[in-house]
Amino acid sequence: MYLSTFFANATPALPEIALLSMTCIVLLADLFFSRLCPRIPYYLTQLALLGVICLSLCALNKPQTSAFFGMFMADPLSSLLNVFICLTSLFSFLYARSFLEETKMPLGEYYTLGLFSVLGMMLMVSSQNFLPLFLGLELQSLPLYAMIALRRSSGIASEAAMKYFIMGSLASAMLLYGISLLYGVTHSLSISEAAIIFSQGTATHNTVFACALVFIIAGIAFKFGAAPFHAWAPDVYQGAPSIVTLFLGSAPKIAMLGFTFKFLVQAMPTLQTQWQLFFIILAVLSMALGNIVAVVQTNFKRMLAYSSISHMGYMLLGLISGTQAGYAAATFYIIAYAFMTLAGFAMIALLSKAGVEAESIKDFQGLNYKHPWLAFLVMVVMFSMAGVPPTIGFFAKLSVLQALVQVDLVWLAALALIFSVIGAYYYIAVIKTMYFDQPEKSTPFPTLPLDATIAISVNGLLLLILGLFPSGLIELCNKVFL
Amino acid sequence: MEQLISNITIAIVLFPLLGALVAGLLGKKMGCTWSHRATIFYVFISFVLSLYLAKLVFIEHIPTFNLVVYHWGISGGVGFDVGFLIDQLSVLMLLVVTFVSLLVHIYSIGYMQGDPGYQRFFSYVSFFTFAMLALVTANNFLQLFFGWEGVGVASYLLIGFWFNKDSATAGSLKAFIVNRVGDFGFLLGIAAILATYHSIDYSAVFAQVDTTLSQTITVIPQHPWSVITLISLLLFVGAMGKSAQIPLHVWLPESMEGPTPISALIHAATMVTAGIYMIARMSPLYQHSPTALSVILVIGASGALFTGLIAIVQNDIKRVIAYSTLSQLGYMVAALGASAYTAAIFHLSTHACFKALLFLGAGSVILACHHEQDMRKMGGLWKLMPITYLTYLLGSLALCALPPFSGFFSKDAIIDAVHQTTIPGAHYAYFCVLTGSFVTAFYTFRSLFMTFHQTPRYDTAHLHPHESPWVVWLPLVLLAIPSVLLGAWLVKPLLFDTPPLLAQSVVPHLMESPQTAWSLMEESIHSPAFWLVISGIFSAWLCYIAFPALPKFFVRVLSLPYFILIKKYGFDDFNRVVFVDGSKSLAQSFSHTGDQVVIDNFFVNGSGRAVVFLAKLGRKLQSGLIYHYSLLMAIGLIAFLILILWPLKG
Repeated sequence: MYLSTFFANATPALPEIALLSMTCIVLLADLFFSRLCPRIPYYLTQLALLGVICLSLCALNKPQTSAFFGMFMADPLSSLLNVFICLTSLFSFLYARSFLEETKMPLGEYYTLGLFSVLGMMLMVSSQNFLPLFLGLELQSLPLYAMIALRRSSGIASEAAMKYFIMGSLASAMLLYGISLLYGVTHSLSISEAAIIFSQGTATHNTVFACALVFIIAGIAFKFGAAPFHAWAPDVYQGAPSIVTLFLGSAPKIAMLGFTFKFLVQAMPTLQTQWQLFFIILAVLSMALGNIVAVVQTNFKRMLAYSSISHMGYMLLGLISGTQAGYAAATFYIIAYAFMTLAGFAMIALLSKAGVEAESIKDFQGLNYKHPWLAFLVMVVMFSMAGVPPTIGFFAKLSVLQALVQVDLVWLAALALIFSVIGAYYYIAVIKTMYFDQPEKSTPFPTLPLDATIAISVNGLLLLILGLFPSGLIELCNKVFL
Repeated sequence: MEQLISNITIAIVLFPLLGALVAGLLGKKMGCTWSHRATIFYVFISFVLSLYLAKLVFIEHIPTFNLVVYHWGISGGVGFDVGFLIDQLSVLMLLVVTFVSLLVHIYSIGYMQGDPGYQRFFSYVSFFTFAMLALVTANNFLQLFFGWEGVGVASYLLIGFWFNKDSATAGSLKAFIVNRVGDFGFLLGIAAILATYHSIDYSAVFAQVDTTLSQTITVIPQHPWSVITLISLLLFVGAMGKSAQIPLHVWLPESMEGPTPISALIHAATMVTAGIYMIARMSPLYQHSPTALSVILVIGASGALFTGLIAIVQNDIKRVIAYSTLSQLGYMVAALGASAYTAAIFHLSTHACFKALLFLGAGSVILACHHEQDMRKMGGLWKLMPITYLTYLLGSLALCALPPFSGFFSKDAIIDAVHQTTIPGAHYAYFCVLTGSFVTAFYTFRSLFMTFHQTPRYDTAHLHPHESPWVVWLPLVLLAIPSVLLGAWLVKPLLFDTPPLLAQSVVPHLMESPQTAWSLMEESIHSPAFWLVISGIFSAWLCYIAFPALPKFFVRVLSLPYFILIKKYGFDDFNRVVFVDGSKSLAQSFSHTGDQVVIDNFFVNGSGRAVVFLAKLGRKLQSGLIYHYSLLMAIGLIAFLILILWPLKG
């Protein structure tokens, strides 16, 4: 009786259940068949992600349905975010394969950990209760710590993992403390019930609620890597192997946006005026610090880390506006950002020679002479990050700024534009290095794995094609918020 | 019928453009011969079609044709169109332009032979023809302005055709910049028309003129101006630039650095008369502004006399003719000022023929003397170049306005009109144009005597001048015919018929009594102008044939006026000191303090330095130590808490 209702109830969670099952299978397959075919965890992982993408795509047009006694809810937004979480993960796992094999890192463990992290992300966007939300966040983070440290011989990676772990624990503690305070105010852990209580407007004007809000926002800001809670990002991005960085920098940010929507839009839809100010501060600090400090970086990964801090600032601008259009713009921005980051770090991973990563911007000197196609792709990525039309980055920036202007925050939009001008400097400096500087010495160019080359080409061209025909994705992002 | 005229006009205007494109883009492949064949062929078609239009307009008397052929755009309720206005005036202009252009094309085969930019030259000339035709056929101010700027560009390109020569590039720049000054006024005038009449179509504007007679506009506070006067004066500023009126005349002498056929076509026959054409076209507007007419009359008459005086002291054969052109343009403008629009157009047509003839004749001489232009190194050429000499003589007689040559009729009409008018400045203007006819005769025959008579002063050992090839002398002969006959042929229909020939196009000028060419010639014996011309020619003979020492004596006695004339009244020096040096030093100071110090150093480099400074500061935050990072987070958290709890306390 109970079992049958459970299964009848569980259909909305089908993608998550399927992913969990597949993850277990990958684990077992790695254990038993890796001698036979070392790549079997990789193939199964990609198969699992493709399956989940299909399941989520099917769920995209369904109305919102809850499961597990209101703990879980599938709606168009969560399905959309699931699709892109899995898609970006698929790309990052694809880039990772050749690097893992070359450096003899354990393939099976990497992919199993990665899949668990993806499962955590999917829970973050679909849970309808603060507790599973938090569990999802932790499920997403913990495998990441391990993945960073996976290359045991690398001291800098271990340091990065340690830093991320400690700082992450601190942030989790803040978030959890915030949730407990929230429970004290609402006497419920359910988002739906919290929303009802907040909408009555009685519980919101007291010190406890104010503290809860601040702690939760601090936790969220940490996970986004928004200033002043960003300090971990440059060290971790640089220290982690590029294949981990590109995973760490893309999919979890999409999940984090869904997580933020749960707290701010679904649980406290009426309290926009209270949290708006904090996000303005976070956004301005992130845009300023990210763009300005990136100017003097000589390490490409570190530069991209600062760039991602600034991108988080721009994404938050969409949230600040507090309108449907603003949320849609933020979603569009985070998706665009994920693909740009993927391509950016994938370049570093691809150009690595015998396990030594091409981290320095100097390593890109004269890339055009050695490999013009790759140089072109890097140029597209850089232009997209700088927000130059006709790349997707332009429309991402345009839509968040549009949302801001619509709610009369013109000064903020103008400020954002000024910072993006500063940002354009270091992106274009990379292009200049590739196209106008002579290569330093004629070292042999690494042979690129075919699958990763195709993937990076698709990824780079996607930035261009979505920039030329952005309306489909924009409409999709708008539709899920109606 | 409308369709036919429309198609013919489009063909007339566009064929030269086609020629320009063919010669310009494919010239290198087609070679010299096919380039000039193509451009001449297209201009010839334009000329034949113009003749056909002339037959329709002048013989079959079809009504004025005004049609929009293409809507270019609509903005703020005002349509911007491509359209044609075909009436007697524009057809007359079409004939003049295509005829002279065709002959100049043919002449250039000989003159430009062996030049490395041969195809480019033909391309430019054809392009000029296209722009000039677009200008004269326009039925609205936008197209007029298009043609206006188009001929300006062509003029710039052709003056600087030999761009390796410093003086040529300087001349082209000068022409371009001085014309910008005029164009600025012209554009303001068009803007004023648009603001007043809400249309840029000629017919729509003229239809409304009567409703705005008393309308005023306040440019300077407490001094309301008549709108029509303002518009007229602004448009006249444009005409001053293009038709080289004082004080914007300084570019025309410099333009002589271009090839001689260009001087004939652009800087004598067609482009410089665009301003005359434009004012005649706007005569329904100008007729209502005595103030503007007065200004035009005084400026034109001054130009007629004073630029002619400069021609007396010039030794470069082309410069003499250039100053003569300035003087003749002054006559035309004076006629406009005296409301004798028809007389101005009449003089424009005859002048186009004889001045093109003189320029091309001078070109023939220059060719024979291996590109020597200084008359002091010529002399005695009449026996060696009989055809050039004869045609040059006929052109000179026409320019001096001796009956029965064409210049006589048109210039006589102008002097007569200036004599009759009563607007302020008329007496001064009459004095100028009358004295001018003596001056004209003097400098014209001075150049004739110095070039073709006297003893040869060129290096007879190395230089053997001979008659130019037929492509050069044929246009001279073809131009000599209208130079002699055109005046007598046109004077009656243009001035004395009722209705006059251009009645539909310009405001007609009322003549006292109907006369014929013959009766005019008879009367001229009693007019002062005739005797002034005769005495001018005689004086030139005295000074340069009979007593060659006389000029040196005059230079010594009249050293001050001579100095003033050599310095061209100081216009060039004034422009150089005030405008060129002034704007240079202004630009220097802007460049130095404004651009380098304030913008470059403070804003551009300063903001860059500020960013780098901030970035280095921000870098310090990133110590790599976990407790620093945690502290930063804690500070952020506490700041947020303070921010939210502070208002709650209060």
